Amino acid sequence: MIALLRRDLALAVRAGGGFGLGLAFFLIVVVLVPFGVGPETPLLTAIAPGVLWLGALLACLLSLDRILALDWEDGSLDLMATSPLPLEGVVTIKALAHWVTTGLPLVLAAPVLGVLLNLPGPGYPWLTLSLALGTPALSVLGTFGAALTVGLKRGGLLLSLLVLPLYVPTLIFGAEVARRGAAGLDPMTPLLMLAGITCGTIALLPFASAAVLRMNLR
Amino acid sequence: MSLWEYANPKKFLALSGKVLPWVSGLALACLVIGLVWGFFFTPEDYRQGATVKIIYLHVPAALMAINSWLMMLVASLIWIVRRHHVSALAAKAAAPVGMVMTVIALVTGAIWGQPMWGTWWAWDPRLTSFLILFLFYLGYMALWDAIENPDTAADLTSILCLVGSVFAVLSRYAVLFWNQGLHQGASLSMDAEENVADVFWYPLLVCMAGFVLLFLALVLLRTRTEIRARRIKAILARERAA
Repeated sequence: MIALLRRDLALAVRAGGGFGLGLAFFLIVVVLVPFGVGPETPLLTAIAPGVLWLGALLACLLSLDRILALDWEDGSLDLMATSPLPLEGVVTIKALAHWVTTGLPLVLAAPVLGVLLNLPGPGYPWLTLSLALGTPALSVLGTFGAALTVGLKRGGLLLSLLVLPLYVPTLIFGAEVARRGAAGLDPMTPLLMLAGITCGTIALLPFASAAVLRMNLR
Repeated sequence: MSLWEYANPKKFLALSGKVLPWVSGLALACLVIGLVWGFFFTPEDYRQGATVKIIYLHVPAALMAINSWLMMLVASLIWIVRRHHVSALAAKAAAPVGMVMTVIALVTGAIWGQPMWGTWWAWDPRLTSFLILFLFYLGYMALWDAIENPDTAADLTSILCLVGSVFAVLSRYAVLFWNQGLHQGASLSMDAEENVADVFWYPLLVCMAGFVLLFLALVLLRTRTEIRARRIKAILARERAA
């Protein structure tokens, strides 16, 4: 499992794209928002938590089809399916690698971009915490979507259509944590719900992803 | 003799062929009686006036939008557990019907909301959940269309239906948490103290029965079409091979 994780991480870093692209996309979305809604500070302060969460979610979405597609094309996915490691483990590692290369940089970059959107002071720890808790769920859900569409020629758009509705609860609770934190309210309730969703998806969805992948590999 | 015998496409076709005219006839009768009764022979609400009458389309459509997903869930489970092709095709056949019901509920709701709430759309929990349900229907149908091998498509969509059901319910509660709404709570439940008055309730009941039968008729018809389409495909493939 560790060997697979190191292989995926090395591929993501050396092939380029993974790291940089998601981060750059996140940056551009955040920069474009003031152009769209105007530069008034109070307005930006009000929408900052939501925009940061939405930007992170879209940046995460961008790299989803790379999780499995390349391994599918060159056949290494078949090798992994016949290896002693169960497919459930493979998809969990794939999701973890995706989170380390996409989710983690987003979590670290979000406070910096929060400055651009004039996020109020008490919001920073909550924003970072909510993203750190929520992005693993996004990666695991995304792996499920990638497993569903892996055999398709042009699965990219379909992947977004399938995965985005699944992201709704995570986005609602995550953005709510950041919003309440920024407004100085108590964010414990949505925080616990967010943590619950993340734990639940990590525990259960790899089984669904592995089942789907087996059907696709038949 | 068990229920599972009707999982045989031939038996299913024979039975559904016999049942279909009755179901469609009953659906038509219920809808005509219910709608005419509702539209022309009920009093106007003392606060809402004549706009209340859109309830005879709005409520049954919303009912079927949810129950059609439920039916797809059951059919998907049957496909995963027992691998009867008819049930996979029935789930496929139900999806567009359910989607249209969702759209009807959303559109009639908007038309009703404009005079009552002064707005076509509000980010109310019920409205938002229905919009999300609509997105789930879209994704489900798109996945069916995208995959060429019918068995793989049935497998993948049934898993998507299971996972989607969990997340649809989750979204429902997340959305409730996210925003308080304009939409009233349930006013048709059996145990509530305040319910719709009987004058409106009886025609509404007939309309709901009509929509259930209409849904049943459409799903039967579409499943029969799917079975025949697959047979034609098999015959064509055999001829090409010969």
